Amino acid sequence: MLTLSGVGKRYPTGDRALTDIELTLPKGQVMALIGPSGAGKSTLIRCVNRLVEPTQGSIRLEDIELTKLSGQKLRHARRSMGMIFQEYALVDRLTVMENVLSGQLGYVGFWRSFLRRYPQEAVVEAFRLLERVGLPHALDKRADALSGGQRQRVGIARALLQSPKLLLVDEPTASLDPKTSRQIMRLIRELCAERDLAAIINIHDVALAKQFADRIVGLRAGEIVFDGQPSELTSEILTTIYGEEDWDTTPEPMEEDEEEQPAVVRSTSHEVMPALATGGAR
Amino acid sequence: MPVSFTSQGLPVWRRRTTRAQWLQYLAWLAGVSLFLLCWKLISDNTMWVFVEDAGRQGSDLISRMMPPRWEYANVLWKPMWDTLNIATLGTVIGVMMAFPVAFLAARNTTPHPLVRSVALMVIVSSRSINSLIWAMLLVTILGPGVLAGIIAIALRSIGFVGKLLYEAIEEIHPTPVEAISATGASRMQVMNYGVLPQVMPAFAGISVYRWDINIRESTVLGLVGAGGIGLQLNASINSLAWDQVSVIFIMIFATVLVSEWISARVRHAII
Repeated sequence: MLTLSGVGKRYPTGDRALTDIELTLPKGQVMALIGPSGAGKSTLIRCVNRLVEPTQGSIRLEDIELTKLSGQKLRHARRSMGMIFQEYALVDRLTVMENVLSGQLGYVGFWRSFLRRYPQEAVVEAFRLLERVGLPHALDKRADALSGGQRQRVGIARALLQSPKLLLVDEPTASLDPKTSRQIMRLIRELCAERDLAAIINIHDVALAKQFADRIVGLRAGEIVFDGQPSELTSEILTTIYGEEDWDTTPEPMEEDEEEQPAVVRSTSHEVMPALATGGAR
Repeated sequence: MPVSFTSQGLPVWRRRTTRAQWLQYLAWLAGVSLFLLCWKLISDNTMWVFVEDAGRQGSDLISRMMPPRWEYANVLWKPMWDTLNIATLGTVIGVMMAFPVAFLAARNTTPHPLVRSVALMVIVSSRSINSLIWAMLLVTILGPGVLAGIIAIALRSIGFVGKLLYEAIEEIHPTPVEAISATGASRMQVMNYGVLPQVMPAFAGISVYRWDINIRESTVLGLVGAGGIGLQLNASINSLAWDQVSVIFIMIFATVLVSEWISARVRHAII
């Protein structure tokens, strides 16, 4: 459904963010995009809805060539791509309902949106979505009165009110606690299944990616270095994506050493700087 | 961040290098010398004969002002009302014109860099001319009266409100704007949903602040014939009626006090 071929992005400063990206996303597939910070994950999804202009290659959504669009046509294409952000990107001083309804902006004219006179079907759908994401009572609250997880739910409802075919999700859980992160990922996953949406999810958390995605693509320095099933993601592959690290270590065994650890640190600091230590004691 | 080592090999950290430290001392020395030089210049150019009896002159003036001729206040209500109207209408007109100019001048909302430089030009030319000078020009063009005062205040306010508002627009969070654009919203819709809610508190605060300044400025516009209480002030000073001048001063003081209080309350309520 979404096809990227030969996509490249070079910033005016000369930095190459993306090089020759080839990617095809079938309908209904949830794809996680992993990679270190600065690998070009955000640039890649922003190239798809043209918040960032790709400098090379072609991006097709169904049969529309996205890279050639401008003005009205670009706005129409953007309606079918819902975006969800890391810092939620809600408009803080607007109410929850206004934020959700802003998902309809591509469909209504300026004066209707200015006067907040949205079509009845859109309002009904907004109520339904707020119910679905679990915020039926918050609609009159201001967006900045909500907690992180609730804000992200509003962000999801906004994206879905666009009736998208594709979700572009940029680090949805990076500002959330582990439990809320899982709930949000599960919600996105379920909604994709309900509506047969394809999704590209940028995510730092490899464990979450493995748990919730159908497919994982690894990006390193602007190039795709891995593309496969979550089960194929081994330590060696993580090393090619992120660089050398002891991937198999789990945090649990570390806890047993914890009591000894500070003692070791203290004794070494004594040895290295005796003068300083005694000076401090006086 | 200079780091050196003591004889025991311990690292020593200083905030500045020795060179930077000496340069800083030198800069202070130069600054203090300049101040003293200016002091001497001013003192040489002052005619101290006049200053010597300043105390006597001052107390003489105050004694002429006292007691204030309170019944003169009855003449002042109308010009005071004019002054308030000049300030308020001038602010409203100025703010209405500054609003679009600010959006054209802000780097992140301007349609084109060329438009931006024109908008900045408008702001700078409005700001560089004091409202008293605007009033002088307008009295020549429109004739004396309240209208000249209103327009003078409005023209001066465009620059002030425009500059502060465009700076506020440039400082908004970009992500909500990105998010609204990503929904397929048009340019005007992005302004309405992404930008406007973020700058609304600043806009309201700036406008009230300017209104507060304009009340003070409009009290002097009468000096050049642009209406308001300044007209009476000018007449009283020219006829050496100091006991009337003191009534005018008290009245201006009270009005400014009230306007300060109102603007503080409004700003508090908005932010």
